[in-house]
Amino acid sequence: MTTVIEVQELHKRYGDTVAVADVSFRVDEGEIFGILGSNGAGKTTTVECVEGLRRADGGTIRVLGLDPVRDRAELTQQLGVQLQDAHLPEKLRVGEALDLYRSFYRTPADPAALMAALGLDEIRGTRFGKLSGGQQQRLSIALALIGNPRVAVLDELTTGLDPRARRETWRLIEDVRARGVTILLVTHFMDEAERLCDRVAVIEAGRVVAVDSPAALTKRAAAELGVERATLEDAFVALTGEHADVH
Amino acid sequence: MSTDALRRLTATEFTLFLRDKVGPIFGVLFPTALLCVFGNIDFFTDPANGIDGQPLLHTYTPILVGFVIAMLALNTLPPTLASYREQGVLRRLRTTPVGPARVLGAQFAICLATAVVSVILLLAVARLAFDVPLPRQPFAFALSALLAALALIGIAVLVAAVTPTAKAANAIGSVLFYVMMFFAGLWLPIQAMPAVLRHVSEATPLGAAVQALSDAGAGHWPPAWRLLLLAGYVVVTALLGIRLFRWE
Repeated sequence: MTTVIEVQELHKRYGDTVAVADVSFRVDEGEIFGILGSNGAGKTTTVECVEGLRRADGGTIRVLGLDPVRDRAELTQQLGVQLQDAHLPEKLRVGEALDLYRSFYRTPADPAALMAALGLDEIRGTRFGKLSGGQQQRLSIALALIGNPRVAVLDELTTGLDPRARRETWRLIEDVRARGVTILLVTHFMDEAERLCDRVAVIEAGRVVAVDSPAALTKRAAAELGVERATLEDAFVALTGEHADVH
Repeated sequence: MSTDALRRLTATEFTLFLRDKVGPIFGVLFPTALLCVFGNIDFFTDPANGIDGQPLLHTYTPILVGFVIAMLALNTLPPTLASYREQGVLRRLRTTPVGPARVLGAQFAICLATAVVSVILLLAVARLAFDVPLPRQPFAFALSALLAALALIGIAVLVAAVTPTAKAANAIGSVLFYVMMFFAGLWLPIQAMPAVLRHVSEATPLGAAVQALSDAGAGHWPPAWRLLLLAGYVVVTALLGIRLFRWE
């Protein structure tokens, strides 16, 4: 299997605050790889370094063999990004946003198919400022995929979506992966990680405390807790709480 | 980066500029409407009340050109740029092949193009409806207007760079607009100001611009120091803007 994302000994500080102390992981082609962690654990900083939005203070990162900072021009063609709290101009319409972003890429996806898949058809003439949180989120996913990326980084994918929209989005992500796109998913929803991710990295206080499949993590947690069945949430709490040393 | 992307980006920003209405109304229609109001007041058209033997309306035409430039630069750019940064529009663009700098480029191009249209409209109405002669030294007039526009765009970027929110950028832009328009002679033409105030006015970007435009309108080249002063404002604000402006 080809490695698509490789992060080695990533270190990032903001002034005196260490945001990421030591993070390493590899993501294989076609995987849905989750990054789990509490708020402030360093998840977003880690993916921002992967996206090239921030320059790492230490360690190396390769995405499709490219350095996210040095090979920015090429990486942006192949990496689709969905950011937490990034908005579009209030008066920009949904269809216009997709047409605009489509023009940025060498080999864009078909906007009509993407709009149909994300249920954006009926709101294509609506201004961004008038969209509901869930609609904004769906547009943001569409914009991450409009460039036909080989890798997509999705940060807090389903935050603000109602249960039905969440399930539809999960199905969409699985379809995207079925087309061969590798996905890096940042989330704090354990059910989402359990449902979608092939493997997850659990990050706590800027360090990776575990990398494994959700099934393996829950099995280990069940054994440690002495129960028959544990959830990924149990595993996560055990890994990131005061008992983080047990594993 | 294809030219299609650049064209699409500029066209999209222009659509948003029109949809926002502030620029077209206050930057294009309002200055010419103001000219029409002045032109219908006898006091402004009677040479007996004028400065240097010409009606006040002639003195006010370059002031209104300054008004167009200041209105477009100070009242539309800072809130737009600050809100793009505040809402993460620029941050989102950083993750694409196009990057955020080209949005700023598109904004400047729209500001300049709208100023050209608005100034041509203003001069045409002044000439056709109120007999104000067209600038007698058109090249010097165009150069002065261009330098003034670039200097004011530079100041607008500085305002957007030092203000955290679109609201604050809007407020500071508006205050600067009134201060600069005062020194440009909107309430009291520079030629009628007391000596000290006149010297201060001539050192401000818009005051220098209006004087240069008046010189060119009357048919002679502005003194070199005036154009150099404007060029100096362009260079200094551009360098500071590049240093201080943040994408996030």
